[in-house]
Order: sequence, then structure tokens, then C-alpha cells
Amino acid sequence: MRARDPEKRKHDFKEVALGLTEKQAIKEANRCIQCKKPMCITGCPVEINIPAFISAIRDEDITGGLAIIRKYNMLPAICGRVCPQENQCQGKCVLGKKKTPISIGALERFVADYEMKKGLSQKTKMSRSNGHRVAVIGAGPAGLTVAADLARHGYKITIFEALHEAGGVLTYGIPEFRLPQKIIDREVEYVKSLGVEIKLNWVIGRTQTVDELFGEGYKAVFVGVGAGSPRYMNIPGENLNNVYFASEYLTRVNLLKANQFPKYDTPVKRGKQVAVVGAGNVAMDAARTAARLGAEKVYIVYRRTRTEMPARLEEVEHAHEEGIELLFLSSPKEIIGDERGHVKAIRCDAMKLCEPDASGRKRPECSGDEFILEVDQVLMAIGQASNPILTKSVKGLKLWGAGYIEVDEEGRTNLPGIFAGGDIATGAATVISAMGAGKRAARAIDDYVMGRKKAKSKEPELAESKK
Amino acid sequence: MFKVLNKETVAPQVDALIVDAPYIAGHAKAGNFIVLRIHEKGERIPLTIADSDLDKGTITLLFQKIGKTTEELGTLKKGDKIRDIAGPLGHDTPVKKYGHAVLVGGGIGSATLFPILKALKEKRNKVTVILGARNKELLVWEERFAEYADKTILTTDDGSSGKKGLVTEALKEVADSTKVDVVLAVGPIRMMQAVAELTRPFNLKTYVSLNPVMVEGTGMCGACRVSIAGKTKFACIDGPEFDAHDVDFEEIAHRLNFYKDEEAESLEKFKKKKCKGKCKKQ
Ligand SMILES: Cc1cc2nc3c(=O)[nH]c(=O)nc-3n(C[C@H](O)[C@H](O)[C@H](O)COP(=O)(O)OP(=O)(O)OC[C@H]3O[C@@H](n4cnc5c(N)ncnc54)[C@H](O)[C@@H]3O)c2cc1C
Ligand SMILES: Cc1cc2nc3c(=O)[nH]c(=O)nc-3n(C[C@H](O)[C@H](O)[C@H](O)COP(=O)(O)OP(=O)(O)OC[C@H]3O[C@@H](n4cnc5c(N)ncnc54)[C@H](O)[C@@H]3O)c2cc1C
Ligand code: SF4
Ligand code: SF4
Ligand code: FES
Repeated sequence: MRARDPEKRKHDFKEVALGLTEKQAIKEANRCIQCKKPMCITGCPVEINIPAFISAIRDEDITGGLAIIRKYNMLPAICGRVCPQENQCQGKCVLGKKKTPISIGALERFVADYEMKKGLSQKTKMSRSNGHRVAVIGAGPAGLTVAADLARHGYKITIFEALHEAGGVLTYGIPEFRLPQKIIDREVEYVKSLGVEIKLNWVIGRTQTVDELFGEGYKAVFVGVGAGSPRYMNIPGENLNNVYFASEYLTRVNLLKANQFPKYDTPVKRGKQVAVVGAGNVAMDAARTAARLGAEKVYIVYRRTRTEMPARLEEVEHAHEEGIELLFLSSPKEIIGDERGHVKAIRCDAMKLCEPDASGRKRPECSGDEFILEVDQVLMAIGQASNPILTKSVKGLKLWGAGYIEVDEEGRTNLPGIFAGGDIATGAATVISAMGAGKRAARAIDDYVMGRKKAKSKEPELAESKK
Repeated sequence: MFKVLNKETVAPQVDALIVDAPYIAGHAKAGNFIVLRIHEKGERIPLTIADSDLDKGTITLLFQKIGKTTEELGTLKKGDKIRDIAGPLGHDTPVKKYGHAVLVGGGIGSATLFPILKALKEKRNKVTVILGARNKELLVWEERFAEYADKTILTTDDGSSGKKGLVTEALKEVADSTKVDVVLAVGPIRMMQAVAELTRPFNLKTYVSLNPVMVEGTGMCGACRVSIAGKTKFACIDGPEFDAHDVDFEEIAHRLNFYKDEEAESLEKFKKKKCKGKCKKQ
């Protein structure tokens, strides 16, 4: 996909990837061989009918293409931008075996942006109100999906969101240069246009409890509170000044616009030499944000190698183009501070990879050597754990692992009327998997409230399943 | 949007706002706080719920004007609106029947203690309250405390009200003359540290309420992390109260200074704007 010049873009927060022109999109669509057994679909967590929407682009029926996608995916402009396509749809495309796979994500984004550019609005078939109320906790991709699907099906939905803005990680985590806020706002507005009410600053478990929601007449509750709590390494120096958890750093910049301090009141420290620990999307986002805040040098410090990096391929490439240095086989063991309690260096073990273990992943092991990197800021991005406020407040809710909610395929928890999905059920995952979980849960909630024993339809689109 | 129903000046640089927030009032327990953002461009800051009224659906916020956001909050009048308030947040204070509890408040820290005092009295504890400030003007809410407490001791640095001296000296006198079962101290870091050092040799159970910088206040960012007995804890969900004898006070003191330059810049800009350049040089 076209992208802005790295030398220019690394100084601002404007979107990096430019998207396809209409001509390019049609050309790319024509490359698709319209497989009888389209493997691409098996790679998409919500099973979008990919050849069908590509065929519509080929026929220059762009809005028709969008209508097809929307049956499966409520947030195409977002997924087209942030899905790890190389592991999903595109990773499965047959053309990828010999040459380049179809750029499915780029096409999806093109179709969604086309509508926005032309000022067209999304039309939605709505069922008549059935009078039932359902509460959704958390306004991230999982919660927004459940809300939209149930609203279209005639439910009266209220979303309760702890922060002062809807969108979840899309809003407070993923930076503007990758996912512009106006795209999220548009999707949130769309959900509201379906009659969904969003109550902000509403921390369920504190402002109100789940029991109270049932008491107020909500028939079911969906929990989509995400995996927001940052993990830490427990190494010396982690609480020094200028060591940020990536979640704080990104929240300051994305949610509170600290990059515009003092126009906005929230400050953020601008490091000159920055080490980012981790190699997922969060690490890439933190590193590229640091570069945009004026860092002279940004290092990604990762204990494995490039092939094990969990970040999206495109982000790793973009980071590399922007001059971010990737230090592999490096495992931090101490952050060193000065007399004022500020970071001045990070000490790392040099690692080597051993033979693959049972899981098939090569394990890193200390080589015995260590090195010191002089930096004035460290951003920790080694993963998220479950968010405890809600889960702790619901008595008897069954959890697994590091406090995630245990659910079945359709998002049912062990408690009647309480459903869950997204990162809080799976651990940190992806936008599209959170949405997929939301779709399945919406169907299960509908069955539950209506007193149906079995799912009435296997169709992906709840609202389309009848009338 | 949250409506300001009333505003009061409590002491020089200390204001109280009564805000319409029925759900928060309905769930507030002693020791809880809220996070607020005045407007679109504002910073999120935590303030203790100094009092709440279940029937009227209001909460009271008592704050010291020490920087941009608290100064701006002080400009709000009856009828004005605060854009965002989330809460109640934080652990509830462990309130039970202790016997004799001593509450120690330094400056604005007393605000936090008021709901705790009420809760302790509900559990039939004997409560002694020690309030300290630099001078008479800076003492806050002493009459309100006296209404509930079994005994209220005031101290000022200059002796303009109550005893001349520090709260720790008064605490020592109380502990020397009567049996004390628990101490709860809130105030500047160095004051809480002094209380911790005073009670440590006697193994006297002591809690302090820590005030690190917070961002969202719901356990999602780690800004508020503190070291407690060598372990990292998040003050917004694991605290803000901790066992005083486990707290790494040096670390939190360092961390509180982190944004000094930005805070000064922000405040200066605000003051300039407020008086549109017509202010006298101070
Ligand atoms: C920096 C970053 C970059 C990422 N990049 C990508 C990417 O490129 N591609 C991709 O597919 N995925 C990416 N991810 C992962 C993806 O964003 C998540 O998997 C996805 O957002 C999970 O959605 P969710 O709805 O489960 O939760 P979230 O998006 O986390 O939303 C949960 C919401 O619930 C709210 N909440 C929490 N507790 C309460 C409560 N008690 N009461 C009320 N509300 C509450 C939270 O404030 C939040 O708004 C990234 C994640 C991060 C952090
Ligand atoms: C749980 C808790 C309860 C509190 N309760 C009260 C209260 O009832 N009354 C009261 O007057 N103050 C209280 N505080 C402190 C209050 O939050 C700060 O005074 C306020 O944030 C200062 O903001 P400012 O912009 O006016 O000043 P700034 O100039 O920004 O800062 C002045 C001081 O406040 C601290 N501070 C700055 N930003 C934050 C932040 N986002 N979070 C926490 N501290 C910050 C700084 O370390 C600095 O020492 C509490 C703090 C915590 C953590
Ligand atoms: S939603 Fe994601 S995985 Fe599915 S087709 Fe679109 S880009 Fe591919
Ligand atoms: S697998 Fe590739 S070529 Fe085949 S239908 Fe899907 S996108 Fe087209
Ligand atoms: S303020 Fe964010 S974790 Fe406590």
C-alpha cells in the first residue's frame, strides 16, 4: 500500500498508510481469481465473503462491496487498517503461494473510505423494538459490536464506559498515525444512530454493580472490558522516573493529547534516547510515537528474533523505515537510574536461541554476555493482563489464567444472563477477534432473552437473520 | 456533565465544591476518590470524596489550589459544569471496630479523613483526630471534625491555633498517654513518612493514603505505581491506602517531582491567560 515519505511522516501524527486509489483498487481486484474454495475466507475471524466483495469492486460497484462486508463486519474502515492480514485473510490467499497475495485489507479499507469520502451514509435495516434492555460494559470493539447487532435486532442497549471517550483501545491505545480518531468517531456515531445510548465515565463495579443493572431491568449483561492492565517485568529500576508502561504513554498521547501540551493540559516526557521493551503492536506504536515526539534514537529491545515478533508486518516495516532500530536477542535485566531517580541506561542480557521446545517456539537463553544501552527513557510494552475492577465485583464469576473470564464458544459465562467476549475472555488479541466474539455473543444473548434453547440461525449477520 | 451546586472557600487557596453526582454519592465509601476532567482539553486529576450526601445525591470535593487544574477548578461557580467525573474509585478504607483510632491530617489531607472519621464512629470506635497546618488560616474543617471526633487536637507551626509544633509531636503525646490501636495519616509525603517512622518501633498498625500521579484511575496505565514491601502496586486499585511501614517513601517523593517543569509551565500559561496580561508581577 502507498505510504507517506518516512522522513516527513515521522515528525507528525497524520496517517502513514495512504490507501488505494479507485484505479489501483480495481486493478488489484482484477488480480483475484475468484477461487471456488476461497481459502482467504478461512483466514478471516468473521468469515467475510471476500471474493464476493472483491468481485463487486471489479464491477465498480463499490457501495455494493461495502454492503457485503458490513454483513459480517461492522468496522471495515478500522479492520482494513489494523488487522494483522498477513496472518489472517491475506496469509491464506492462494496467490500468496507463488507470488503476492491479494491486498484484502487494503481493498476493505478502500471500500469503507470510499463511502466516507463520497459522504454516503450507512443504511441499516432495523427490526421493530422488542422492549428488552441489555447492558454492555466497555465501549471497545467487542462491546460496540454487541451493541450494534442487538440494537438492529430491536433491543434497547446502553453501553457503560469507564473512560471519558468511547472506542476502547482504538481510542486510547492505537495512535492517530495508524488509525485516525475521526474514523473511530464515525463508527461510534453509527452505533449511536441505531439508538444505542453510551454512558461515559461509568465504571461498572464502582459507579454501579452488575447486580444493580439486573435490578434496573436489564435482561442480560455483556462484559467487554478488555485486557487493560499493563504487565511488568519485576526488574530493578522499573519505577524510576521516565520509565513508562506503554499503556500510560499511549493514553497520555492518544486519549489526552499530550503531544499538544501545553495547549492540552496533560504532559508527557519527550525522551531523547528511548528504549522500547517488547515487539508487539503496542511496542511498535510506542516506539513510533516516541520518534514523533522528537526522540533522536529509538531502540526496540526484544529477547527473540524478527521471525518471532508478534507485531503486524506492516508496522514493523514502517517502524524500520522511520529509523527505529531493532535490537534482537536482548533481554533487559535492570534499568539504571541517576541520583535524581531518572533513567540513565538499561542493562540487557545478550540471548541466544535454543532448540524449539514442545510448543515449537525457539526459546531464548542467556549467552552469558551483557551490554548496557545509554537511554533517558524506557517504554515497557511486554503485554497486558486482565482488568480487575469488574471481574472482582461479580461474585461467583468463573475466571481462568491471569483473571480472564471463562466463556463458551458463544460467550456465555458460568452465570446466567452474563456474557463476555474480547480481550477480557481471551487475553490480549485482535480487534477483529473481539468483534467476532461480540457477534457470537449477540446471537447467544438474543437466544437467552427470547428463551430459545438453540441458536435459531447459523448466519453470521444477526440483523439479517430475519426481516 | 456534572453540575456544581455550591462553592465555598474553606481556607486561603482551599475551595470546596458540592457537585451533583447521584450514582457516585450512592456508592461512595470512606477512602474513595474520583477522577475528574474539567473540560475537553483538561487533565484527569484524582480528588478524594471528602463528603457525600446520599439523599441529595451530591459529593463534596475539597481541594488545594496548587497547580493549573486545581486553580481552574477554583474558578468554577455555582451552576457551572464539570465535563467528566468517574468514581467512586480506590479501595474502601478498612473500617472495623479497632478500639482507639487516631487520625492524623496534614493540611488538605484532612479532607480524606472526614468520611473515615464518620465510618469509624459508626463502628463505635473511640477516635482522636489530630489536624496540623502551618497556621490558623490553613486549618480546614476543624469544627466538622470536632462534631464527630471524641477528641480533636489542633497543631500549627507558628502556634496561631492549638499547639505549636508538628502533628507527629501531638501523635507521640497521645500514644504515650493512652493505648492506640490504629493510626491513619494523610498529608504531605514527608509528614506521612514521619508518622510511619514514629509508629514503626511500636509496631503500631498505621495506614497512609498515598497520592501519586494518576491518569485514568482504573488500573489500566500503571502511572500510579508505588513500591509496597518491595512489590509494585497500583495506588488507584490496590490503594490509595497502604500499610505505612511497607511504603517506599523516597520513590514516591521522586515520582511526584517528575512533571515539575511541565506543571510550572502549565500554571504560568493559565495565570497569564486568566488576567489577559494585565496582572501585576508577583
Ligand atoms: C497499543 C495497541 C495496539 C494494538 N494494535 C492492534 C492492531 O494493530 N491490530 C489488532 O487487530 N489489534 C491491535 N491491538 C489489540 C486490540 O486493540 C484489542 O485486542 C481489542 O481492542 C480488544 O477489544 P475489546 O473490546 O475486548 O477491549 P478494549 O478495546 O480494551 O475495550 C474495553 C473497554 O472497556 C472499558 N472498561 C474497562 N473496565 C470497565 C468497567 N469496569 N466499566 C466500564 N467500562 C470498562 C475500557 O475503558 C475500554 O474502553 C492493539 C492493542 C494495543 C493496546
Ligand atoms: C487518591 C488521591 C486523592 C487526592 N485527593 C485530593 C484532595 O482531596 N484534595 C486535593 O487538594 N488534592 C488531592 N489529591 C492531589 C491532587 O490530585 C493534585 O493536587 C492535583 O492533581 C494537582 O493538579 P494541578 O494541575 O492543580 O497541579 P500540578 O501543578 O499539575 O501538580 C501539583 C502537584 O500535584 C501532583 N499531581 C499532578 N498531576 C497529578 C495527577 N494527575 N494525579 C495526582 N497527582 C498529581 C504533582 O505531583 C504535584 O506535586 C489527591 C491525589 C490522589 C492520588
Ligand atoms: S476483517 Fe480483517 S481478516 Fe477479515 S477480511 Fe478484513 S482485513 Fe481480512
Ligand atoms: S484466496 Fe485470494 S485469489 Fe482466491 S478468492 Fe480469496 S482473495 Fe481471491
Ligand atoms: S492511575 Fe492508571 S493504573 Fe492507576
